[in-house]
Amino acid sequence: MPDLGKYAETVLSSYAISLVLLAGLVCLSIWQGAKARRQLTQIEERRKSDG
Amino acid sequence: MSIWEYANPVKFIRTTDKVLPYISVGAAVALVGGLIWGFFFTPDDFRQGSTVKIIYIHVPAALMAINAWFMMLVASLIWLIRRHHVSALAAKAAAPVGVTMTLIALFTGALWGQPMWGTWWAWDPRLTSFLILFLFYLGYMALWAAIEDSDAAADLTSVLCIVGSVFAVLSRYAVNFWNQGLHQGASLSLDKETNVDDVFYQPLLLSIAGFVLLFLALVLLRTRTEIRARRIKALLARERIFD
Amino acid sequence: MIAILIRDLRLAVRAGGGFGLGLAFFLIVTVLVPFGVGPNSEILKTIAPGILWVGSLLACLLSLDRIFALDYEDGSLDLLATAPVPLEGVVIMKALAHWVTTGLPLVLAAPILGILLNLESSAYVWMLASLAVGTPALSVIGAFGAALTVGLKRGGLLLSLLVLPLYVPTLIFGAEAVKRGADGADAGLPMMMLAGITLACAALLPFAAAAAIRINLR
Repeated sequence: MPDLGKYAETVLSSYAISLVLLAGLVCLSIWQGAKARRQLTQIEERRKSDG
Repeated sequence: MSIWEYANPVKFIRTTDKVLPYISVGAAVALVGGLIWGFFFTPDDFRQGSTVKIIYIHVPAALMAINAWFMMLVASLIWLIRRHHVSALAAKAAAPVGVTMTLIALFTGALWGQPMWGTWWAWDPRLTSFLILFLFYLGYMALWAAIEDSDAAADLTSVLCIVGSVFAVLSRYAVNFWNQGLHQGASLSLDKETNVDDVFYQPLLLSIAGFVLLFLALVLLRTRTEIRARRIKALLARERIFD
Repeated sequence: MIAILIRDLRLAVRAGGGFGLGLAFFLIVTVLVPFGVGPNSEILKTIAPGILWVGSLLACLLSLDRIFALDYEDGSLDLLATAPVPLEGVVIMKALAHWVTTGLPLVLAAPILGILLNLESSAYVWMLASLAVGTPALSVIGAFGAALTVGLKRGGLLLSLLVLPLYVPTLIFGAEAVKRGADGADAGLPMMMLAGITLACAALLPFAAAAAIRINLR
């Protein structure tokens, strides 16, 4: 851990906020992507079985 | 073989299936590498102390915030001119990424400004322009969300994006005129007179590369999601008609 | 095209047309500000240009959704779109009608409200001029926003979100002109910028607005 001096809070909190925002965006995107993919395969299989 | 082949959604999904893992891994490696290098292995600035480490997030995020809008503008133009659905959906997919980058740039800027300028927020031209950019992103996303018919939504948001771009540039100059700022000039430019020092420069470049790759990966991923969502909508509509 | 203008003006003045509503809103906003910031006349003097500009901007916003919504609902917008008149011309006439019924009364009322806010006497000319030059831009930009949201059921709030960021340059140059007028400085530069924005908006935005209407009518 590097010595951040008196600005430790500033630096750490800006890294924390940014990483949380980025992680949130990545997770949201992946989750939405997975959901869409799941729904699509479901519908396509149903259509196939219906003929 | 031309670039327009990727306008075919099936072709797009098949290609990105192969490419996306590499881009994601590249993004993770460059981002983690750049941030760790910057956070642990660079010296403090003699004036700014350790706050200089924020640069490895602040500058790349700000860069991507603007470039995401620019990418949306290009994609909107392609949609309006050549009517490729993938292009419109890519613009839609990029907006949430752009708005996150804008937020990161604003937050880190505020945190950085507190010890350096003694204030969280100043009505400085650069800060104000980013706030306006944030509002533009909000309006663009709200318009996408509000219109049900997807082709009309793509058309109208494209028109908004083009007009908005003109006004965003205009606002930038208006704001410059309105107030002289605290913010320093460009940290990166090709003529290296006022650039940051090499010690900070190299990890910064790596971090920028990470942000660019991350943006690319997210946009591709979200575009695939949008394509699938569009297909789900079409299939459901067809079922309703035939049943 | 003149007929469209006259028709719109008549509809606006008729009962329920909302004429004067913007004016009343402008009055109320200006009266409320001193309650918020206190009666100190020095403070009011410094913020008067900004308050007057923001007030007229919000008052303008209030009546924007009426520009196309009513015509869209009763189908006359379809007729206008298929009429031999270019749709761009219809847009600019409707924006003009909006300005005459909303912008112009605001310009005329602003000096009276300037007294309430203790505006510097040297600023009155600049305030009248900047509002007169700037409010047409507000109407044209607003017409573009209204065209984007015309097909939506509840487009009012969205309309404000879309239009307000677009108002930023107009507001900055307009308020700056009044402020410089109040300080006795040369307000020519912001005035010219303001006039440039208005002219450019009037020349280019009708095309974007007409395109948006065509998409919405499809």
